Amino acid sequence: MPLDKSIKKVLVIGSGPIVIGQAAEFDYSGTQACRAIKEEGIEVVLVNSNPATIMTDRGMATKTYIEPLTAEYIERIIERERPDSVIAGMGGQTGLNLACELFDKGVFEKYNMKVIGTSIESIKEGEDRDSFKRLMERTNQPIAPSEIVTNLEDGRVFAEKIGYPVIIRPAYTLGGTGGGIAENPEELETILTQGLHLSRVGQCLLEKSIAGWKEIEFEVMRDGAGNCITICSMENVDPVGVHTGDSIVVAPALTLADKEYQMLRKAAIDIINSIEIKGGCNVQFALNPKSFEYAVIEINPRVSRSSALASKATGYPIAKIASKIALGYNLDEIVNAVTGKTFACFEPTIDYVVTKIPKWPFDKFFGARRRLGTKMMATGEVMSIANSFEASLLKGVRSLEIKQYTLERESSKNRSMKELRQRVCVPDDERLFDLAELIRRKYHIEKINDLTGIDMFFLKKISAIVEAEEELKKYTIDTIDTDTMRRYKKMGFSDKGMAELMGCHADEVYKKRIAEGVTPVYKMVDTCAGEFEAVSPYYYSTYDEVTESFRSDKKKVIVIGSGPIRIGQGIEFDYCSVHSVLSLEKADVETIIINNNPETVSTDFDTSDKLYFEPLTEEDVYNIITLEKPDGVILQFGGQTAIKLANFLAEMNVPVLGTQPKYIDEAEDREKFDDMLEKLNIKRPQGKAVWTVQEGIEEANRLEYPLLVRPSYVLGGQGMEITRNEKDLVRYLTDAFKKDNKNPVLIDRYLGGREIEVDAICDGTDVLIPGIMEHLERAGIHSGDSVSIYPPQHIPQHIIDKIEDVTYRIALELNVIGMINIQFIEFKDELYIIEVNPRSSRTVPYITKVTNVPVIDIATRIMLGEKLADMGYKSGIAPITNTVAIKVPVFSTEKLPKVEVTLGPEMRSTGEVLGIGMNFEEAMFKGFMAAKTTIPKPGSTILATIRDYDKEDFLPLAKRCHECGCKFIATSGTAAMLKENGIDCQVAKKIAEGVPNILDVIRSGIVDMIIDIPTKTNDVNSDGFKIRRTAIESDITIMTSLDTFGALVKVMECNYSTDSVNVISLDDIEIQDK
Amino acid sequence: MKGQLILENGQRFTGELFGAIKNIVGEIVFTTGMTGYQEELTDPSFAGQIVTMTFPLIGNYGINLDDNEAKHTSLKALVVREKCDYPSNFRNEMNIADFLEEEGVVGIEGIDTRALTRIIRDYGCMTAVIMQGEPSQAEVDALMAEFDNSKVILETTTDASYVVNPGGKPHIAYIDLGTKEGIIRDLVKRGCKLTVFRADVKADEILAAEPDMVFLSNGPGDPLDAPGTIDTVKALIGKLPICGICMGHQLIGLALGCRSQKLTFGHHGGNHPVKYSETGKCFITSQNHNYVLTDYPEDVEEWFTNVNDKTCEGIRHKKYPIMSVQFHPEASPGPLDTSWVFDRFLKEVK
Repeated sequence: MPLDKSIKKVLVIGSGPIVIGQAAEFDYSGTQACRAIKEEGIEVVLVNSNPATIMTDRGMATKTYIEPLTAEYIERIIERERPDSVIAGMGGQTGLNLACELFDKGVFEKYNMKVIGTSIESIKEGEDRDSFKRLMERTNQPIAPSEIVTNLEDGRVFAEKIGYPVIIRPAYTLGGTGGGIAENPEELETILTQGLHLSRVGQCLLEKSIAGWKEIEFEVMRDGAGNCITICSMENVDPVGVHTGDSIVVAPALTLADKEYQMLRKAAIDIINSIEIKGGCNVQFALNPKSFEYAVIEINPRVSRSSALASKATGYPIAKIASKIALGYNLDEIVNAVTGKTFACFEPTIDYVVTKIPKWPFDKFFGARRRLGTKMMATGEVMSIANSFEASLLKGVRSLEIKQYTLERESSKNRSMKELRQRVCVPDDERLFDLAELIRRKYHIEKINDLTGIDMFFLKKISAIVEAEEELKKYTIDTIDTDTMRRYKKMGFSDKGMAELMGCHADEVYKKRIAEGVTPVYKMVDTCAGEFEAVSPYYYSTYDEVTESFRSDKKKVIVIGSGPIRIGQGIEFDYCSVHSVLSLEKADVETIIINNNPETVSTDFDTSDKLYFEPLTEEDVYNIITLEKPDGVILQFGGQTAIKLANFLAEMNVPVLGTQPKYIDEAEDREKFDDMLEKLNIKRPQGKAVWTVQEGIEEANRLEYPLLVRPSYVLGGQGMEITRNEKDLVRYLTDAFKKDNKNPVLIDRYLGGREIEVDAICDGTDVLIPGIMEHLERAGIHSGDSVSIYPPQHIPQHIIDKIEDVTYRIALELNVIGMINIQFIEFKDELYIIEVNPRSSRTVPYITKVTNVPVIDIATRIMLGEKLADMGYKSGIAPITNTVAIKVPVFSTEKLPKVEVTLGPEMRSTGEVLGIGMNFEEAMFKGFMAAKTTIPKPGSTILATIRDYDKEDFLPLAKRCHECGCKFIATSGTAAMLKENGIDCQVAKKIAEGVPNILDVIRSGIVDMIIDIPTKTNDVNSDGFKIRRTAIESDITIMTSLDTFGALVKVMECNYSTDSVNVISLDDIEIQDK
Repeated sequence: MKGQLILENGQRFTGELFGAIKNIVGEIVFTTGMTGYQEELTDPSFAGQIVTMTFPLIGNYGINLDDNEAKHTSLKALVVREKCDYPSNFRNEMNIADFLEEEGVVGIEGIDTRALTRIIRDYGCMTAVIMQGEPSQAEVDALMAEFDNSKVILETTTDASYVVNPGGKPHIAYIDLGTKEGIIRDLVKRGCKLTVFRADVKADEILAAEPDMVFLSNGPGDPLDAPGTIDTVKALIGKLPICGICMGHQLIGLALGCRSQKLTFGHHGGNHPVKYSETGKCFITSQNHNYVLTDYPEDVEEWFTNVNDKTCEGIRHKKYPIMSVQFHPEASPGPLDTSWVFDRFLKEVK
């Protein structure tokens, strides 16, 4: 059937903030969906609370709402926009759940909307555990013995019946949140209790463990006429037992014979036919490695992380095709955009090996339990393409940015054989390297296969890499011959990796390699293994002889992407890269993207003129530069990943567009930076590096408490603390020097003032500040974790003037061409500077959307030589808009066991939401709603435990809560203070005081929110840590900053409700009349 | 041992030889399946051909004797980027290299198979040789000149006729043009008795066996090289239901008055979409052919069409119970989506 002409306006629901289990892949799919629908002349109404996304850009949808993702809000948007249709499967689990909820409430019926694409009935059949089971029975598909339980007792009985280990999977949760494998009744009780709590419908599936079977996935498509195709098969290197999001995955499946492959393919098609999917669907299988026995694990009737991977692995745009199917088209009516000749109704075939490796956040969360299981923990992933498994794996490893260029890892080398054996059995983020180390020490790989279930095929390949590494150690740069060199390059070794093994410098390997003509060629990803000529220039490198990528004569610029999503470097940078490309395209420049993240829009086959899916190391990037000889390379938009390349590219005389590398260096170097500030007469908090405890005490007395202390060798705020007295300082310093006495500790005066952030654009003459952002929380909390407010609400004019002046002077002094990000503190009416980043920052998408200033477009044009004045901008702060827009961070701490929850100098958030209102309170209300923060109501119970230092500040807030009718439960100290001040309050026992104690109170469900201002953090044994973890695991809002709590109280006093606030689209944001 | 693959157009690829070490000449084709190398190795339709695998890793799951599609291999050589020496699968019985050696098939690895595929795509199928070392152009030319694949059907058909599943019903006169066992398996699975005849069987012989249907198998080469079989089919039109697959389909078409045409590089792989004229539905099929039917006479209609290049994927006679498909409903290797076509065929005898 061709296009359904009755569809005029489609509602697309996004996936909300980036959290573990739901990341950039839904920006990719949502963006494709918006484009695919709009190009048919159909209007798109988009709702997504995540301002960092590309899909929420002006012009992507017809009308964009960055509003809270709740059924009530969406109903208000529906009421205003009156779309005639809704597409449910584009916004991940969040979008799907919301669509189900709206359907159940009769909202779609009320507004006469039809669900296009896969129907709600079909979705439920796949998603609801019970009906899934019935579906499998009906289609004669085997599943592991399982039962849905809604209470603990039933769970126990069933587990006894099928025997341990038992897998627990809560229904309707993201990335398997709350699930796990229980080896015994005690573990069952813990996991099941939590799982039942987290499931939206209070259901958990208990299932006999088939751990050790092969885990195989199929991405399948079906249209309204019942045409079915499979896009791609994927095989997890880690067998069943590790969440697919935490597994190393290869595509296509590499160890299946045709009989097994076709058996599973047919099963996948039978299933989607029977529930009449209209669009994409993911089917996961467990396959017994010793027989044809298999079991269906689950199906996802929507686009997913796996479908994004499958799209990038094959070149087949799943979300786009799924959208076209929803609009009525059949697969044989949709042209394959990659070949331009064939149709979407075919199965991609690939002639290379794709490897996906997860990127875990354990470098940020050093206390976390790193054991991988059925709950996903990775924040992002890298993908690599090569024509052997070895090369694909090695490319993937070096894409991770964990300083690994071979499989030889220092930490694994330091482990005993027994330790290694133990570790490969209990998977964590270092398993690959532990495996390699065991193999290196001649441990039998058959035994590893026994212990881990990892297929011998993969173990033999890893073993081949290890053998090659050992062999290479016998060579030196002088003895290695051309053929050997070529053999290693073909196998996927990097210059750096080879250099490490031969004991020389990467540069020597590079020089010798070039002298002997060992250079890569580029092959195309074309969906058809070369059978048809392809028109989409999407490439990967190999060391073959024939290349398919040729340099054009056009003016060209390479934009370096930002690699895998991780804490501190998220989707924002993909937003910047993509916008830079769009801007370059407008300037008629040929655009080339290099990136390795399969989840993103930047790696979509039609975003840039040319896409290189390659690691972002110096070597891999330079190889492409050698071929393309670009007129410039843009680094500013790829986060630290790209900035790291600046000095190298400068050394190689590659033209870097925008701020020159030596100036980037100047801002990153602390000493040079201090000199510059001094020269410009700009204040920064005073501080010094100290080497002994005594020196620290002296320095402290000079600077005055409180002090910000941190080890000098770590980045990103790790180990940073605020000390308020000598006792704390001595404890910190003693501890720090015990751990490491080779590096100093930095002591800075802590200014408990207001943090302010600006992103500015400089052309060398003028400096435009699109907007100033004010942080809600006082200094000391990482800027990425603070609530950020635009336009500023509490900053006096003279400070704003000062910000404008300082930004202007710094940008010019640093010779910034393009973006700069500066962070300030306003303390006792004085302005201090704390950080300068000569690049695009994570606030750029947010500030772009709320100020109406196309920040990246302007910055890119400046890099191409235009001036702000030519574009109609001048120095200073851009006119402010008529709304208040507040960015609220969102955390994934519930997904990471044993991780500290408290806000502090280390960034912990994975994503963000935006609240847009006509005033501060309204915007804050919407921001809290969007972040799923509980806003207390009359009768709500607040559990408070406040450190002594902050009790005074807490009291007025407590009084106001009390006046609004909230009740308090508190620990003894806080309770005493409240009672003294006439606020009635229950006392909760401390953990050591027996049961029921404060943890029981939290678990009982009577507490609506918790305010916990801790004295000490990161101590897993402290009461505070346990309280916070229990709160997170019980899904109760917890505040660890009085400033945030203060804003919450303010919002509560306004008595807002979903019905009473304004529904605001991006089009409603206008420049304020002065 | 080093060896070279040399194409008719003069291009040379150097690689490492494995399997049987000898000099051979054949027609070079590529196949895009990501699994199923074993079924392809043993598919008689590849007789006389040098088969390039576009998927780079071949031999991962080894060889098991149960998945062979014929008693022996018929292809001349296998061209791969990388063969697997340490296969892993619960049914694995031997390595691909040892299997090729045992079967006398030449293998060559370390070839830039993607570059090779693109050449075949642009130039079409060519004659090619695989030789040890670096042969002179004269040696290459001499070997090239030896190539003649016109007798290939008679070389791959059965030596003598035989019966499969004697107690079965209906009774099918099965003309073996170089059959895959998969087709026989699918018919037997549906209860049929098969009397398997040689490709040069005469119509009288078939009629004497009193079958309920005539079925023509797949097979290698150019359909015009089998004029005898075409005559046999001509003589049976209107007398018995006639069905066929691949080469069988082409011979039925030629007997009915269609023409055949050679495609540039053919269809080889498991991902080809066809559209079924009776419902408009599309199916993903397994294919392995270089020729297609064109120019149907009045009483023949197109039954299936290739979605990509719109070539003929099946025909049906408007009056008589005659129908055939170009693709392989028996899969092996490839998708199982069209196995219902066998049921459709068999409806013609009931």
